[in-house]
Amino acid sequence: MSELDEVHRRLEHAPGDEEQVSVRLRVLGYLIGLALAIVLTATSFFIAGTDLVWQPSIPVAIIVLAIAQMGVHLVFFLHITTGADNTNNVMALAFGLLIVFLVIGGSLWIMANLNQHMLPMDQIMQMQR
Amino acid sequence: MSLAVAQDDPHHLGVLAKVGHEGPASKRIVTGYGFWIFLLSDMVMFSCFFAAYAVLLGQTAGGPGGAELFNLNNVAVETACLLLSSFACGMASIAAEVRSHLWFQVAMAVTCVLGLAFLAIEFHEFADLVARGAGPSRSAFLSAFFTLVGCHGGHVSAGILWLLTMMAQVYAKGFRADIQRRFLCFALFWHALDIIWVAVFSVVYLLGSAA
Repeated sequence: MSELDEVHRRLEHAPGDEEQVSVRLRVLGYLIGLALAIVLTATSFFIAGTDLVWQPSIPVAIIVLAIAQMGVHLVFFLHITTGADNTNNVMALAFGLLIVFLVIGGSLWIMANLNQHMLPMDQIMQMQR
Repeated sequence: MSLAVAQDDPHHLGVLAKVGHEGPASKRIVTGYGFWIFLLSDMVMFSCFFAAYAVLLGQTAGGPGGAELFNLNNVAVETACLLLSSFACGMASIAAEVRSHLWFQVAMAVTCVLGLAFLAIEFHEFADLVARGAGPSRSAFLSAFFTLVGCHGGHVSAGILWLLTMMAQVYAKGFRADIQRRFLCFALFWHALDIIWVAVFSVVYLLGSAA
């Protein structure tokens, strides 16, 4: 059975599984992930409270840093990579992301549109009297 | 060969080892993939809460907004706790793979303590908000805030219960293949919670107090 596991290990990856490397390299991988995550987190906390950058760019910067940090977590902690043995996991992730963007983007779009075209609530209440 | 294999190997796994890519994947890969799909559906659920929060961001009904309520120092400590506990969980997966009982239990205990610290700070923050009259019933904005952040906190609480049962299972049953599969799922769950927290602290707290 263990021999078979080895064969599977070379063919495919479970999400969260890593390639077979030494313990030291694996710890190093997590340490790199941790260091990158700390740098990205510290940057976004710094940017949120600073006056050093152009103010309207702050929300964009925070969102970009958040997406970068999610990528770091995916690669270094969940070990979702774009290798050939990881295709199924990446396809599922891509579909999940599609739904997430549809839900968030769609909701914001539709609600902003309604907000623009509808009367304010107090006027609607008055019309109903 | 084929008859013997077919009899004590009903799923033809032995053939797979010879042939290559065809046939069913190992149980570990199937389990991990299924749990990955569950995690993605969980993220889709969270995206609904994020969408609700973003839509209701301005609906404070004359009550306090994010900039007045949030304490970024608290959030920084919470973030550090969760990030380090995710790292400790990674150390536990390495310990599980090399079958070291001592390091596994130590890393899991660290993961647990950091997770509990996160929950304690979050609970304190919620109690403080309610005491200041900014509970979930104050405005639509606060309802959405408590639902989103509370849902993440609920996931962390469930994760800690799962973590404790994993420690007990490894202690009682050792690193059996099925226990290893359960732990793989737990580790994925715990790392995924950290990803969702990245979105929470960026969108809710940092954007909330920057805007």
